[in-house]
Amino acid sequence: MIELRDVSKRLGSRQILAGMTLAVKKGMNFVLMGPSGSGKSVTLRHVIGILRPDQGVVLVDGQEVSAMDNKQLMALRKRMGYLFQNGALINWLSVFDNVALPLREHARLPKSELEDRVQQVLRLVKLDHAAAQFPPSISGGMKLRAGLARALVTNPEYVLYDEPNAGLDPIISHQIHELIAQVRDELNVTGLIVTHSRACATQCGDRIGILENGKLAIEGSVAEMVQSEHPLARAFLGGGSD
Amino acid sequence: MNPLAHLGQFVVKRADGAGFVCELLLRTALYTPRLRRRLRFMLDTAYNAGVRSLPVTMVVAAFAGAILAMQTGIELRRFGDTAVLGTITALSMCREMGPFITGVILAATVGSSIAAEIGTMTVSDEVAALEVMSIDPVDYLVLPRVVALALMCPILTVLSNLIGIFGGSVIAEHNLGVSPQLYWVSAKEALTSSGMLLPKEVYVGLLKAFVFGIAIATVSCAAGLRAAGGALGVGLAVQTAVRNSVLLIIVLGFIVTWFFYFLAG
Ligand SMILES: Nc1ncnc2c1ncn2[C@@H]1O[C@H](COP(=O)(O)OP(=O)(O)OP(=O)(O)O)[C@@H](O)[C@H]1O
Ligand SMILES: [Mg+2]
Repeated sequence: MIELRDVSKRLGSRQILAGMTLAVKKGMNFVLMGPSGSGKSVTLRHVIGILRPDQGVVLVDGQEVSAMDNKQLMALRKRMGYLFQNGALINWLSVFDNVALPLREHARLPKSELEDRVQQVLRLVKLDHAAAQFPPSISGGMKLRAGLARALVTNPEYVLYDEPNAGLDPIISHQIHELIAQVRDELNVTGLIVTHSRACATQCGDRIGILENGKLAIEGSVAEMVQSEHPLARAFLGGGSD
Repeated sequence: MNPLAHLGQFVVKRADGAGFVCELLLRTALYTPRLRRRLRFMLDTAYNAGVRSLPVTMVVAAFAGAILAMQTGIELRRFGDTAVLGTITALSMCREMGPFITGVILAATVGSSIAAEIGTMTVSDEVAALEVMSIDPVDYLVLPRVVALALMCPILTVLSNLIGIFGGSVIAEHNLGVSPQLYWVSAKEALTSSGMLLPKEVYVGLLKAFVFGIAIATVSCAAGLRAAGGALGVGLAVQTAVRNSVLLIIVLGFIVTWFFYFLAG
């Protein structure tokens, strides 16, 4: 379970989060929506401990992330996957080596087992044909999928997805949504998903929250949110959006 | 803003930067026992650094040697003692000029590209991605680069020294009327006649080069890791890296010579 309790964070001269409270139950996908620059990515960074709150606490399975030392953070991060907004691949490593990186650094797997595992995840994100290519020469959508593969390769209990379908065509997008739902259902992965897409929210989400002015302005199950008359819900989930 | 507050802010910012560099160096040192895992990447980096900076370094070294020979030759001619020109050129090249120009060229070519590369990684979340995978950027990015330059700077310095002494010989022969034979014999003698296999000048010069390599890499990595704010931030990181590297080369060069010739010498 991921919990943010009354988290506030100031970056530079701007108050990004102000009293943000959020709970993601085990085995659920929580979709976080909100205007550009409202602090969605900043929220994810708090969960994995790259940022620490000025006030409030961040809890994962009841452990306070905001108070962890380096060793504890490392242990936590091994149980989490993180898909960055643009993939954040290492440029001088091939797609294959990028995905293999967390395994090579931490898991002492035999070579063949490691290769099998990487190939398997690459197939999952439909990228097995591009394993030998390098990040500078692949499309934004492919980078994102490679980033997703890298987030999933270690079999994490939690995955934080930062815009998993940005720049993807509708067909691949749909496949990624199904994949995220499948990862939840079959591997019991808990997800926190940042997206602007109604399709993504409704297809892979269990609950949806919309961030405005540093906290969740409205939150509810997918069905409730789609029906809601709240102007923010209409703006992000209404028929015309996506 | 009042000038005093301005100055105060400047000092605080610089001190903060210096603190970061020192901490980075320390953390890098702690990772050196695990260098084996980064060996491949380290050697690649060293090789690239060498290839990239070799041509410029050699040209600059040749001219630096020529300047050295001219400068000392003009004075020596007045005393009619140009016979020691080879000795002086060889020793000053090895102790001062060789490491100095190699360091400056490395800062401009390799230091800047390290800052640009790591800076780009920082602003595009790649460094954060490493942290999230529990890979310490110090271990993965900084360590191989620091070791690569610590290795490469002395190697390039040896080449610079040789080319510089050669550059001096051209001036000696054509402008100062010192026969090549005399020049080379005195240079060779200066570089071999010593109880320690090589004279102190050579060792001090190589130690400097080693220190410069570490300083350039550390300062450039630090600038890259502290980059913020997109492409503009990367540009500023490069500027910081080169400026601080050159500053450190001058100051550390002074300290090393001073230590070995005036304090401990
Ligand atoms: N390290 C930082 N220093 C200063 N300001 C920052 C930093 N990181 C983020 N910000 C600011 O915080 C605000 C929120 O950033 P964040 O990346 O969380 O937005 P977002 O909701 O993810 O938007 P988008 O949909 O565009 O990705 C932005 O205005 C951004 O400029
Ligand atoms: Mg974002």
